[in-house]
Amino acid sequence: MENIEQRVKKIVAEQLGVPETDVKIESSFVNDLGADSLDTVELVMALEEEFECEIPDEEAEKITTVQQAVDYVSANLSK
Amino acid sequence: MSLAGKVALVTGASRGIGQAIALELASQGATVIGTATSDSGAEAITAYLKEAGATGAGLRLNVTEEGACEGIIAAIEKDYGPVAILVNNAGITRDNLLMRMKDDEWDAIMATNLKPVYQLSKAVMRGMMKARWGRIINIASVVGATGNAGQTNYSAAKAALFGFTKSLAKEIGSRGVTVNAVAPGFIDTDMTKALPEEQKAKLVEAIALGRLGLPKDIADAVGFLASDRAAYITGNTLHVNGGMFMN
Repeated sequence: MENIEQRVKKIVAEQLGVPETDVKIESSFVNDLGADSLDTVELVMALEEEFECEIPDEEAEKITTVQQAVDYVSANLSK
Repeated sequence: MSLAGKVALVTGASRGIGQAIALELASQGATVIGTATSDSGAEAITAYLKEAGATGAGLRLNVTEEGACEGIIAAIEKDYGPVAILVNNAGITRDNLLMRMKDDEWDAIMATNLKPVYQLSKAVMRGMMKARWGRIINIASVVGATGNAGQTNYSAAKAALFGFTKSLAKEIGSRGVTVNAVAPGFIDTDMTKALPEEQKAKLVEAIALGRLGLPKDIADAVGFLASDRAAYITGNTLHVNGGMFMN
């Protein structure tokens, strides 16, 4: 679980160009990390690649914070 | 050979403007995939690409078939790699006076000339965003800017491409992807051969350069927009019409 969180945080930091220390579990991509809507689309693309899964559009739109990304990945990897 | 190693997709490439564009991009070193609505059309594309010494192939694509646009992008990515240059060229006419126009004539134009532009552009977006490089070039028409009696459907769809081009250019510009349109005037192709001689003569009178355009005139403009020389041009329409309409 912690492993997934670390991996998600690393990708978020890379994609959004922010220091990893700024990426908290409760961080909102748009409100806290300065992402625009296109950044969030790219972030989901990066998550899909890292975790080798496909995140459907309707699910992707609900992922707006680090916590939500971690939750989604955890739930769908354990399947 | 500035486009060496890049994959280009040209829809409606079996003849006319599309064929000239496919050959132009091939001459710049791109791997070119051209589409046609029939298997024989696709084979003809493969043949002329081979003859030109280009890499690439013709594929059958009926843009109005459900899922066809997404499917062909996935197939190209698998066999050749992500599409770096998309030229939305496929188009038809269903001319009629508005008072006589049938729903199927209107719908056919929107389904063939407009919707696939959205579908194909969406499908290539991921690859272009990741590469931080991409070219989307939409082939519009001078009548989208000037209007033309008997072409309310066609000119509406072509004018829609201008708005699409500008909006997508704003959306994706930060990722190194440019989106432009080329608006041909009257070009000597099968599509304009259908016009009566008398009407053609009148049209030529209105063209400053005094002749119909050639497919190569359009292909050269597309070749420029696809190249790195046009890296700072986006959201624009390049009018290639011999001066029959000046923006």
